[in-house]
Amino acid sequence: MTEEALKDLLYKIADDLLILGHRNSEWTGVGPLLEEDIAFSSMAQDKVGQSLAFYNLLHELGEQDPDTVAFTRNADQFHNSQFVELPIGEYDFSLIRHFLFDHADYIRFSMLAECPIEEVAQVAKKLKGEIKYHVMHANTWIKQLATANEEAHDRLQNSLNEALPYALGMFEPSKFENEIIEAGVYPGEKAIEEQWKENIVIVFEQAGLKLPDWDTVKPVYGGRYGKHTEHLQPLVEEMSEVFRVDPTADW
Amino acid sequence: MTLTEDKIIELLKEVKDPEIPVISLVDLGVITGIEINQDHVTVNMTPTFIGCPAMDYMKQDVVDVLNNNGIENHTVNLNLKTTWSSDLISDEGKRALKKFGLAPPPVHNNIIEDLDIIEHAECPNCDSTNTTLKSPFGPTLCRSLHHCNNCGEAFESFKPI
Repeated sequence: MTEEALKDLLYKIADDLLILGHRNSEWTGVGPLLEEDIAFSSMAQDKVGQSLAFYNLLHELGEQDPDTVAFTRNADQFHNSQFVELPIGEYDFSLIRHFLFDHADYIRFSMLAECPIEEVAQVAKKLKGEIKYHVMHANTWIKQLATANEEAHDRLQNSLNEALPYALGMFEPSKFENEIIEAGVYPGEKAIEEQWKENIVIVFEQAGLKLPDWDTVKPVYGGRYGKHTEHLQPLVEEMSEVFRVDPTADW
Repeated sequence: MTLTEDKIIELLKEVKDPEIPVISLVDLGVITGIEINQDHVTVNMTPTFIGCPAMDYMKQDVVDVLNNNGIENHTVNLNLKTTWSSDLISDEGKRALKKFGLAPPPVHNNIIEDLDIIEHAECPNCDSTNTTLKSPFGPTLCRSLHHCNNCGEAFESFKPI
């Protein structure tokens, strides 16, 4: 496998984590209840820290240092799926996104924990343990709220319907998909997607939430190769505002 | 002074977790290996949580302790070669956590399937397990929030991971 293919894989993972970590942090101080405020803030801290682990791997492969990569690119240079850049919306949307994303990332890191590239496997193994708590947190609240009352149920169902096309965008195939699979790095995006569909339906059945016929959901692709919504550039500017004031400052 | 692994461990027992200052890095299980090659000392460390902001401080504290004890020929590595698990916390470490008011993590042997494992954490104040998990996320990445139905106290637990 070429180094370019590996970088492509690491960039999309890192950028998803950084951007969703930043979105999660927007709940700090305004969470619907104190415990949820803390939960989203903690998950933000986890995810930004996890993105750093991947930017460090990229740095070892010759990319620029993590701060430069994180704070000096424009939106069209990011490889995250459009799903993670969407605004936090109301709590129901953030919760649904958290659920759909973390279930996918848990499968991704479980697969990458078996990766023959030792450095990647070590990071994935570590993250798997941390993300398990994110998944368990999401499962608890999805089940609790969806079975609470009609309004809560309907809000979650509506957010789910709205989120699904973007969620499928997480599994946009890489330009190097076959090369990566043949090298045995992991079984590929399609394999994650299939496992994800099986896992989320278990929770949705308990929660009484309905999934549409998958054939009717059109995935929103493009994010992996720089095509983003209008929401990403303002996020990137806000995230890097302090860094750009003086990029040479020693923090 | 002849350098031995025991001697280095003894020195590192003085280095405490900056966020939980009652437990040493050795008892926390983040020191994963010590190698002595003539007069050169290598200390290997692994992070508790990858986003834990205390890790850089811990590493610096290890460097400082070595320097302050005249061991200047050293390398301190922070890497993921050994994956940290809360099962690596020593019994002494668990006692220290409890005394500090933090419920120690239950031994999990890498089986953590759902939040049931921390649903009824033992209250560090009154030892009751009639407790309720309030949130798997607490004031630091490694802690969860609980309420004791027996003594009425809110408490935190060190998460099994």
